[in-house]
Amino acid sequence: MILRTFGFSEFGFLVSALLWTVVLTIIALSGGGIVGFFIALARTSTHKWLRIVAATYIQIIQGIPVLMILFLSYYGLSLAGLQLPPLVAAGASMTIYASGYLAEIWRGCIQSVPKQQWEASESLAMTRTQQYRYVILPQALRISLPSTVGFAVQVVKNTSITSIIGFVELARAGQLINNATFQPFRVFIAVAALYFVVCYPLSQLSRWLERRLHARSHR
Amino acid sequence: MPEVIVENVHKSFGMVEVLKGVSLTVERGEVIALIGRSGSGKSTLLRCINGLEKINSGRIEIAGHTVSSDPKQLRALRTDVGIVFQSYNLFPHLSVGENIMLAPKIVKNVAKAQTRETAERVLKLVGLSEKFDAYPDELSGGQQQRVAIARSLAMQPKVMLFDEVTSALDPELTEEVLNVMEQLARDGMTMILVTHEMAFARRVATKTIFMHQGKIWEEGLSKQLFSDPQTPELRQFVKADVK
Amino acid sequence: MSYTFQFGVIAQYQNEILAGIWMTIKLSVASIILGCACGIVLASVRSMKPGIGRILVDAYVEIIRNTPFLVQLFIVYFGMPGLGIRVSAVTAALIGMTINLAAYSTEIIRAGIESIHKSQIEAGEALGFTRLQIYRHVIIMPAIAKVYPALCSQFVLMMLASSVCSAISTNELAASAAFVESQSFRSFEVYIVVTLIYLALALALRGMLAMIGLWLFGRRVARRTAVALPEVQT
Repeated sequence: MILRTFGFSEFGFLVSALLWTVVLTIIALSGGGIVGFFIALARTSTHKWLRIVAATYIQIIQGIPVLMILFLSYYGLSLAGLQLPPLVAAGASMTIYASGYLAEIWRGCIQSVPKQQWEASESLAMTRTQQYRYVILPQALRISLPSTVGFAVQVVKNTSITSIIGFVELARAGQLINNATFQPFRVFIAVAALYFVVCYPLSQLSRWLERRLHARSHR
Repeated sequence: MPEVIVENVHKSFGMVEVLKGVSLTVERGEVIALIGRSGSGKSTLLRCINGLEKINSGRIEIAGHTVSSDPKQLRALRTDVGIVFQSYNLFPHLSVGENIMLAPKIVKNVAKAQTRETAERVLKLVGLSEKFDAYPDELSGGQQQRVAIARSLAMQPKVMLFDEVTSALDPELTEEVLNVMEQLARDGMTMILVTHEMAFARRVATKTIFMHQGKIWEEGLSKQLFSDPQTPELRQFVKADVK
Repeated sequence: MSYTFQFGVIAQYQNEILAGIWMTIKLSVASIILGCACGIVLASVRSMKPGIGRILVDAYVEIIRNTPFLVQLFIVYFGMPGLGIRVSAVTAALIGMTINLAAYSTEIIRAGIESIHKSQIEAGEALGFTRLQIYRHVIIMPAIAKVYPALCSQFVLMMLASSVCSAISTNELAASAAFVESQSFRSFEVYIVVTLIYLALALALRGMLAMIGLWLFGRRVARRTAVALPEVQT
């Protein structure tokens, strides 16, 4: 076997794999965002059983490892007779994972809108949908930005777990390069550095949004 | 037919009964002041009248609507009944103009040009024409409260409810809000107000109701009630206020 | 689809699964104790005057918090031998988990320390406390009490994230699951059972941490622990 060294072309491969990490993150955040949004609505609903179902869902997702969600989607989908590429299983499991956490984050944001805002809009004869649409959600959205961006960092990092079922994103690409070069220290430091390049700006953005939100509410 | 009928209303929060059989009627164009110590049930009564609190028994009719727990009926009621709160409760993410135009536009489906016209008219009424594009957090408390009144008026209500609307304001800001309310009363609006402003109640309210321990303790024409209280409780209450 | 679930098969492998559970518990408890201890020390360094110490701690926290736990494990397990440090998979897992949790604990405890009012410290000085006494009773313990719910969430997340250690062949619960799956070919059943075990472990850990909080800080904290928002991570 010919050993390659970790050079420019290998680094290029890592960068192209980073693209898949980003794609998977976007799938997770948009899919998880949609599912999580409805779960957050159910969690703050006036129907007791809807609240209970939503709360149970959140508790379960937050009480099991992302890896298990991944395996269950992977084997669950193949059990259903679907031979799907790893991207689908990876995307599905990341969506489920993100939905559980986003729902809980957004529940907190919806509930942090003062209850007087509900009363005022109710007194203006708005329907519950109108109250959400025009009064509650616009305010909750602003409150939710810092923590949502902060959670995006967690998603970027957790997409690395999908390498375990063979989806070739950044972490898996690192393993592949390592198998070819046997320079694990260099390779994985480079991998870590690439994750850092994506995550650090997001973390800083989250912090900046947090400070801005804080400054505004104390005006 | 009276504009507001409250008949033998009972209301409890858990084990505590806050309204113990309250009845009153309000004729069109009347201004009723509800006074009493905190905990006497006056704010709860006001909130029951527009359905924000559910009553346990009794009957409330207002502006031709019966207060029920059916959301659709409640919404119909609220298009005819405005309420203004102690803490203004403007929508902080909307400008003053948007605050006022929102409900007419989405609830009553009024055309945009017309909602704007209405908004400008009610803003002028409360003396804040120049604040159309300002945001709530750029206004003083008194200005915010006047916008809240304008927001309610834009729905063209038949009855207006005021829940201690000046309690959170400094004296000089209180005055500008009371002036707006007095103007409304003079224009013939039917109003029920929970207030601590005795002088205002005496001057503006046609009738004043003194509530005590969840009941209507004493009621009458405002001037009479204040100058010649019949019960020791009201006498003490009026005296405490003068002091 | 005509698939019959057979959970019975898994019972044959209960020893493997129990061994996995035991390893997950050991790794979690050890990394929580070590990570939290490191967090207290680093947050203390961080709260001192600006200087090289603070810069180093900040850099450490940012690097760990902005890279995946899995890659951190790879560096410890596959990368370190290249520098002449060879460790077993279990040791590598413990090191990785401790390094990771220490960074998060540092950040959380730092926030707690910053929320302690200057006047509290002055009150301590006025009462004639020594600097160490002030540090312990006026700063660190109240700071931890304040952020205890966030710390607990982080501990639970670490326990769940320990499943990733199976990728470096640490024989904890997720690795047991993979082994049983390869032997029994009942993939879905195995992972359902193991997922439920993780759920039970998470609930048990949460309960235990709440009790420890009650014992350490009294009633005021335990109440908040129950409603804590999780500080999300792996």
